[in-house]
Amino acid sequence: MTVTPGWYMALAAALFVIGAGGILLRRNALVMFMSVELMLNAVNLTFVAAGRELNVIDGQISVLFVMVVAAAEVVVGLAIIVAVFRRRHTASVDELSELKG
Amino acid sequence: MVELVVFIIFGLVALFGALSMVWARNPVYSAMGLMLTMFSVAVFYVSNSAHFIAVVQVIIYAGAVMTLFLFVIMLIGVDRDEDRREVIPLQRPVALAVLALFGAGVVVAGRFAWVTGPTVAGEPIDGTVEAIGTELFRDWVLPFEVTALLLIIAATGAIGLALFRRDEEEGA
Repeated sequence: MTVTPGWYMALAAALFVIGAGGILLRRNALVMFMSVELMLNAVNLTFVAAGRELNVIDGQISVLFVMVVAAAEVVVGLAIIVAVFRRRHTASVDELSELKG
Repeated sequence: MVELVVFIIFGLVALFGALSMVWARNPVYSAMGLMLTMFSVAVFYVSNSAHFIAVVQVIIYAGAVMTLFLFVIMLIGVDRDEDRREVIPLQRPVALAVLALFGAGVVVAGRFAWVTGPTVAGEPIDGTVEAIGTELFRDWVLPFEVTALLLIIAATGAIGLALFRRDEEEGA
């Protein structure tokens, strides 16, 4: 019994759903941010598995670019979270409701 | 056979890490769960012969990004537990229903073959530094240069956010 790319796709889909669940169910900005990272990782796994199946290396190149963008996103996002925390003394997204109409 | 055993073991580890990340009350435990999942994903990269990507995954994600996360968790305090009361009515049931729907959609989508297209004949790909570098600097030079610009912008933005805090006191 060999491991086909579909297995990796299924695992990546499960990880993606768990990440989406973290976004929807948690209220801590940091944990929501980690859920975004988890979803990015799941997508990277599908890139690599599909690239291996099609015998092209472009999947791995794409993963490299996704990682770069994710790193940049983490830097800016965490800076925003720290800036918000310094001003509001909370990391809960429920209490940041000044913009509600 | 080896790949199957590795897949099962580290698949379970990855799912456990992801679930504990969402479930844990303490953000430090969430970070540890995510780190576990990232290491498992690195193992899957190795078994898909993406060796360089696996190394990058461990160094960048499990190393740099998670260290940054832990720094911020320590900075804004780990002792304050999250208030788990839900203030938006129906948020949790609707969220769980959406997730169940999404999971069902994934199951349905998994019955089709999505990896289609012309398979390139020849040697199986090997994600060595040489192979990736050759491809990166031949066909992907422009996107590569653009990522340099992106990183500079991100670093400048982060420094700007940390540096300029004029009216910090008035909002507190």
